[in-house]
Amino acid sequence: MADVNITVDGKKVTAPAGTLLIEACKSAGIEVPSFCYYPNLSLQGACRMCLVKVEKMPKLQTACTTVIGEGMIVSTDTPEIHQARKGMVELLLGNHPLDCPVCDAGGECELQDMTFSYGAAESKYIDAKNHKEEQQWSPVVFFDRPRCILCYRCVRVCGEGMDVWALGVQNRGVSSIIAPNQDDHLDCEECGMCIDICPVGALTSGAYRYKTRPWEMKHVGTTCTHCADGCKTTLGVRRSDTGMEIVRGDNRDKSGINGDFLCIKGRYAFDFAHHEDRLTQPLIRKDGRLTPATWEEAFELIGKRFREICDQVGGHAIGVFGSNRTTNEENYLLQKFARVVLETNNIDHHRTADFPALAAALTGKPEITASMRDVFNAPAILLIGNDPTEQHPLLAWQIRNNVRLHRARLYVINSQPIKLRRQAASFIQIPEGSEGKLAAFLAGEDAAIDAITTEEVSRAAWITLRDKLRGEPNLVVVFGAEIRGADIASVAKLTASIQGAKVVCLGDYANSRGAADMGLYPDLLPGYHRVADTGKFHEEWATVPRAPGLTLPEMVEGAKAGSLKALYVVGANPVEQFTIDPFSFSNSFVVVQDMFLTETAVIADVVLPAANAYEKSGTFTNTCGDLQLVKKAGEVTGTKSDFEMIVRIAGAMGFDVRRLVPFGRGVGTDMGQSRGAQSGEADRHAVWLEANGLEPKMSSFDPMAILDEIQRLVPGYDVSRMNILAGNDQHTTLSSSGPGALHDSKLIMPAQDNLFSSGTLGRYSRTLNSVIENRHKQPAETEVAAD
Amino acid sequence: MKFSDQFEARFSDMLTHYPTKRSVLVPTLLYAQDEVGYLSPDVIHEIAQRLDLTELEVSNVISYYSMLTTKPRGKFNVQVCTNIACMLRGGEELLDHCKTKLGIGHKGTTPDGTFSLEEVECIGACSWAPAAQVNYDFHENLTVEKMDKVLDEYRKN
Ligand code: SF4
Ligand code: SF4
Ligand code: SF4
Ligand code: FES
Ligand code: FES
Repeated sequence: MADVNITVDGKKVTAPAGTLLIEACKSAGIEVPSFCYYPNLSLQGACRMCLVKVEKMPKLQTACTTVIGEGMIVSTDTPEIHQARKGMVELLLGNHPLDCPVCDAGGECELQDMTFSYGAAESKYIDAKNHKEEQQWSPVVFFDRPRCILCYRCVRVCGEGMDVWALGVQNRGVSSIIAPNQDDHLDCEECGMCIDICPVGALTSGAYRYKTRPWEMKHVGTTCTHCADGCKTTLGVRRSDTGMEIVRGDNRDKSGINGDFLCIKGRYAFDFAHHEDRLTQPLIRKDGRLTPATWEEAFELIGKRFREICDQVGGHAIGVFGSNRTTNEENYLLQKFARVVLETNNIDHHRTADFPALAAALTGKPEITASMRDVFNAPAILLIGNDPTEQHPLLAWQIRNNVRLHRARLYVINSQPIKLRRQAASFIQIPEGSEGKLAAFLAGEDAAIDAITTEEVSRAAWITLRDKLRGEPNLVVVFGAEIRGADIASVAKLTASIQGAKVVCLGDYANSRGAADMGLYPDLLPGYHRVADTGKFHEEWATVPRAPGLTLPEMVEGAKAGSLKALYVVGANPVEQFTIDPFSFSNSFVVVQDMFLTETAVIADVVLPAANAYEKSGTFTNTCGDLQLVKKAGEVTGTKSDFEMIVRIAGAMGFDVRRLVPFGRGVGTDMGQSRGAQSGEADRHAVWLEANGLEPKMSSFDPMAILDEIQRLVPGYDVSRMNILAGNDQHTTLSSSGPGALHDSKLIMPAQDNLFSSGTLGRYSRTLNSVIENRHKQPAETEVAAD
Repeated sequence: MKFSDQFEARFSDMLTHYPTKRSVLVPTLLYAQDEVGYLSPDVIHEIAQRLDLTELEVSNVISYYSMLTTKPRGKFNVQVCTNIACMLRGGEELLDHCKTKLGIGHKGTTPDGTFSLEEVECIGACSWAPAAQVNYDFHENLTVEKMDKVLDEYRKN
């Protein structure tokens, strides 16, 4: 759009036509105070805090609803404006309890800030304030009515942003109140968006209320450990008796791929970390019972047994099962441990999507994978299968808000009437199981049309739709695990045939994509290289066996037959998730690294207490392939990161850990002075080295040493280290990956999680459990139109 | 939930007057209230469904307008104006008189369900103050005696 020139406080400002005055001011570094205005929500004009003087306009204008016009001359800070704003604050404080000393928002409250700026703390009112007790609306949401300043941000974010419409305004004028959809409680997605967006402490969360003050916490920006979308979440941590306690999750820092968004899991389901069942001591089976032991004992025993088996039978008698929630560095390290230390390819993980088939379809072709940011900006989206509202909350948010804010055209094709159909320009229901045929048809295979033609959807309708999609340049195609194996090639073909189109494959769990990319497959090395092919991994690691190893079902069979002597499970619960008969492993030596005594851990011979992803550093790759930093926030004494445990086991086996973790390399450098006049120099030096991955890795437990190797050897991961360290997302690519593979589709088992579940981990979250219990008590809501 | 044919005819006609369905909400609520007497949970549910709104949205709108009520009222809703013109000409005395005579207060309903009483703002009959409105009928230039007669008339019906 054409640019418009205005003058604000004597400064020349240029912004595109249609820009709101408040935004134009912001772009020039001039802050106009606001309560009700919130970017990307509908305009409210309710609070009058943003009043500014526009020359030739008789009265003060609300900057949040005024669109800039050529030649406008604006003042944002005159005595008149000051007085007006002060008046507004005074009115807001009229019935405000001013209980800042106990209010959760104290210290980061917008009303507090405004009162300090405009000084209206003294009231002319002499009437008694109208008090109302705090109400609990759900396990997550609490409402303190007198604190509410009626900005309606909560109502709008819940309706417009979340498409839940659970909050409303009752009554009128000064008696207006925010009301939940079920008289005295909420029936909603419990996302907490309303709480985070509330400028004051009127909406507070069950997780954080009355716990601490914002300035008493350390805030750590990391990546959510639940679904595969990879939201950036800021964890507030505080010292506790057992290390560092996570007391809050939010996304103050809106720089992440999720912008304003977090779902209940990213915001509140960090509480599993402090569950009382958390293991904090290694356990060794003695006389049939798991008994507390020391770390030395545990590592010694594991090292000895693994060594014996390797020497006597060979590494092929050991199976390794990895995790979808450990970092890329740990996954990479684990498969390297299997291949280099144990010398076996018996490594697998819980597969939730067919990434190897995606790699097979995309390698050697121009890059067409979409990032999570692309989903928010694409002019059109085709969604085949999955139910993102439940399984990929961020993805659903990106899609909904792309439709709402950018008028993107959404095409939904699903076997169920999923909620996102409400935003769809076109929703078509197809018979369950025909997603593959659909992909084939869309890719141009006309014969496949029979399988998807139904009474409701005629052949002609399908052909029209296909033509329409072909005419959607820059389309983003998103598909769920319904499409696997060779059918993925059809989706890739469709995508490649459309100008600028990109594709997203949906897996479950925080690092399922990372687990796949890092080669937790019996036949695939990191980057989807086949174990059978020669290449850099074989050159560097020398000892990697060429024959594919065992898949999980094969390992179970092997254990039953007696050929699999040991099983090493890192951060997974296969016994429960694959309903394996626990007695299958009666004669095998089982080692489990986990936070809890899961169904798999109870059958183990050694259980090692693991740290979770909020308690360690590394990187995660989300389902789109966006690589992000995982930073250590919490800490529970008595646990170790999976990374350290893998290295220690290798050491206990008598293996030279330098061959496993390339530490001690990098530039041997004089770090210069760290104090005194030259200290800045040293810091800059260190930052530069770090950004280039050249800082000395002093310890074999430094995941960055493995990240170096990943960035060097895994195709598509050579992204900017500087950006990763700065907390930005970096999109990895698949076009130069190895050839991938077409696996048996039955090996893929989607997690089927919903908004309130998160695999085994979710069972240990009190917040998620209380929401689930609460829902069982309340009948389900009925759905209404999205307008 | 079943409404009269007349309601249905009005409802379907109104739908054609506006670009979006939700626009007919306020008149629909009023017609429904006239017919049922108040906006019961059933009515709210029904109207929400017909207009693709949440029940919360419907009750938000009801709570905005004092003419709309979610509580049953008497057969005759006596609305006495005490806004400026009426107040100057004895509106408040009139209200007090009604309170004593009917034995109920503001927004109260007589035990036999015949009368409800409400103190209201200007009803637009200032020229003939003091004024009161019973359901949709106006009664003007009232005195305590006249008010008695009015109420007696209604009681007979
Ligand atoms: S928690 Fe989320 S869904 Fe529930 S009321 Fe708040 S914004 Fe709406
Ligand atoms: S509860 Fe908070 S966000 Fe909602 S209207 Fe009140 S002050 Fe605004
Ligand atoms: S959408 Fe996924 S990544 Fe984001 S907060 Fe929720 S569970 Fe975490
Ligand atoms: S921010 Fe402009 S009126 Fe509230
Ligand atoms: S003041 Fe009573 S009718 Fe206007």
